[in-house]
Amino acid sequence: MSKGRFGKYGGQYVPEIVMPVLTELEAAYEKYKNDLEFLAELRKYYVEYAGRPTLLYYAEKLTKHYGGAKIFLKREDLLHTGAHKINNALGQVLLAKRMGKNRVIAETGAGQHGVATATVAALFGMECKVFMGAVDMERQKLNVFRMKLLGAEVVPVTTGTSTLKDATSEAIRYWAAHIEDAHYIIGSAVGPHPYPTMVRDFQSVIGKEIREQIKEEAGGRLDYLIACVGGGSNAIGTFYEFRNDESVKKFGVEAAGRGPAVGDNAQTLSNPESRPGVLHGAYSYLAQDEDGQVIEVYSISAGLDYPGVGPEHAMFHEEGIVKYVGINDKEAIDAFQLLCREEGIIPAVESSHALAYLEKLMPNTKKDEVVVVTLSGRGDKDVQQVAKVLGEEI
Amino acid sequence: MSRLQNKFNELQSGNKKGLVIYLTAGIPNADGTLEAVKAAVDNGADVIELGIPFSDPMADGPVIQAASYEAIQKGMTLKKVLELVREIRKFTQVPILGMGYINVMLNYGFEKLAVDAKTAGLDGFIIPDVPHEESGDMKKVCKEQGLHLVEFVTPGTTDQRISETCTTADGFIYCVSVNGVTGVRKIDYSPINKVIEHVKKQTDIPCAVGFGIGSPEAAVDAAQRADAVIVGSAVVRLVMENKLDEAGKLIGDIRHALDKKVN
Repeated sequence: MSKGRFGKYGGQYVPEIVMPVLTELEAAYEKYKNDLEFLAELRKYYVEYAGRPTLLYYAEKLTKHYGGAKIFLKREDLLHTGAHKINNALGQVLLAKRMGKNRVIAETGAGQHGVATATVAALFGMECKVFMGAVDMERQKLNVFRMKLLGAEVVPVTTGTSTLKDATSEAIRYWAAHIEDAHYIIGSAVGPHPYPTMVRDFQSVIGKEIREQIKEEAGGRLDYLIACVGGGSNAIGTFYEFRNDESVKKFGVEAAGRGPAVGDNAQTLSNPESRPGVLHGAYSYLAQDEDGQVIEVYSISAGLDYPGVGPEHAMFHEEGIVKYVGINDKEAIDAFQLLCREEGIIPAVESSHALAYLEKLMPNTKKDEVVVVTLSGRGDKDVQQVAKVLGEEI
Repeated sequence: MSRLQNKFNELQSGNKKGLVIYLTAGIPNADGTLEAVKAAVDNGADVIELGIPFSDPMADGPVIQAASYEAIQKGMTLKKVLELVREIRKFTQVPILGMGYINVMLNYGFEKLAVDAKTAGLDGFIIPDVPHEESGDMKKVCKEQGLHLVEFVTPGTTDQRISETCTTADGFIYCVSVNGVTGVRKIDYSPINKVIEHVKKQTDIPCAVGFGIGSPEAAVDAAQRADAVIVGSAVVRLVMENKLDEAGKLIGDIRHALDKKVN
C-alpha cells in the first residue's frame, strides 16, 4: 500500500491531515508530468526566464592544473537566482497554479531555495511565506532581505535548534493548517511521496543536458560525474539520467565539516555511524543519536547541513550506483579559491565540496577520460563567510 | 478484552463520555510525570496518552513541541518511558497509550518495542506520522502482542479512506478536530462531527476527538458526537510550569462538565 518507494526507502510518513493534499498533489503531478502543454510552458520559463540550457564549460586551466582527465563544469551557477533551485521552483509553481492554489510556502536553510521560491511567487503573482530558522536568518541576512524585496514574508522559526530541519517541520505544520489554498514547494529531493520523485524530475534537466552537451564537447565520452549532496536535489538531477550507465562513475559529495565526531559534519550516507530512519515524511538515512533523536549537523556550507538525505540517494548508496564521499570545510575552501584563481569563477561553498573531490579523483584519471562536475550555484552569497575564514576583513 | 476496551465498555454502559489526558513523559521530570499521571487519574481521566519525546514533532503545536524538547534535554528516552510505565502500573490500571513519532520507535526496533511495551504494561500506540498506508507491518506486530495501534481521521479524510480506516481501526479512532497541529484554540466541531457520523455508520469502535480542546466548555462542545475527548496542550502547559494542582483541577472540571452534560 505504501507509495513512492525507492527500494525500501521513501514512503509517506506524515500526519493524516496531510494525506489528502499529498494525494491531490500526486494526482496533479501524474496528470501533468507528461502533459505537452505543461512541459512546453515549463520549457519556456526554463529558457526565457531561468536561462537554460546552462553551459557545459570546458575548464581548460583546471584540467591543466590536475593533468588528468578533461574537466567540464555544468554551470547551474549561471541560472537566474544563482543556483539550480530555480529548476524545481518553476516546475512546482506551474503545478501549483494548475491546482488552483494561490499561495506557496517554502522552507529554507541558506536562503537559496527561499529566494528561488520568492522569485517564482513574484513572477506568478502568488502570496509567499518562507520558513527559516532564526539562527539561519541571522547568518544569512542578505538572503532574508532579498526574499523581502521579492515580496515574500520570512517567518522566523525558533523551535528546536532554530535551523533548517526545524524550518521544514514548521513549514509542514503550517501547510497542514492551510492545505486548501497553499502549496508547499519543498526545496530538495526529500519529504513524503511524491516530492522526491517530482523534485528529481524537475532537476533531471541537468543530467539530460549533460548527456546532449557531452556529445558535442567530448564525442559522448563521460567517465565521472561529481555533485554535492545535502538533501541531494542537484545531485539526483545530475545522476538520474546516468543511473543505468555503469561506465559512468558517480560521486555524491557530502560535507565532512570539521571532523568525524557526531554533530561535526553533515554526512548522512558517507558516515558509517548514520543509519536509516524517518524524518520529514520519508524513510532514508538520517543523522540521529542513539535514542533516535535527530541531531543538529554541521557544515561550513548552510546548503549542505541537513540531517537527512533524499530517499533515492539512500537506494543509490545501498545499490552502489553512486559512491558517497565526504569533503571537509578546509578542502572545500581550498577548492573554492582554486576555481576563483584558475577559472575566474566564484563557486558556491556547496558546489566547492564537489570541486574539492577532484583533488582525490584526478590523480587516478587518464588524459583521455572526461569528468563533469555540477557547479550547483554561484558563490557571491558566500564571499563574506569565506573572507572570515581566510581572516580578511571586508 | 484489553484495559482500553474494558474502559470504553464501562463508559458506554454508564452513558459517560471518556476523557483522554495527554502528558509528555519527562515533564516536569520523570518523578513529576508519575505525579501528573496520578493527578490525572484521581481527577477523572479514563485513558492516559503518554508522550514519547521526539526532536521533530511534526504534528504538534508550540506547547507540546516545547515539552518534547525540554524532556529530551532532561534525558527522557523511549527506554525510560517504558520504565515510567512500569512505575505507573504499580498504582493504577488506567489504560496507557504511548504517543510518539515513528523514528524513535524504529530506532528502538519496533518488534522489540512491542514486546517490551507489553511487558511494561502499555496498552498500545498512537503514532501521528504513520498514516494508514504505512502502518501495515506495525499493525501486525501490535496485534501479535495484543497492543492497540490507534488510527486517525480528520475533517479532510475522504469517504474512501474513512471506510478503509474503519475496517482496520483498533482501540479507538483518533478524530482530529481541525486541519493543523495540537494546541488550544476555538474550533468549529461540525466538520469532524460529520466525519464521526460517517464512521459511526460503519463501525462500533469508539471515536475520540482531539486537537484544540482546553476547557470544560470546549470539551462539552467537542463531545457532542464523539465517545471521548482528548486534552493535551492545556494540561501539559500547566505541568511544565509545575502547576500540578491547577492541572488536576482543570482535568476535574472537564470531567465534571462532561458528566453533567450527559446525565
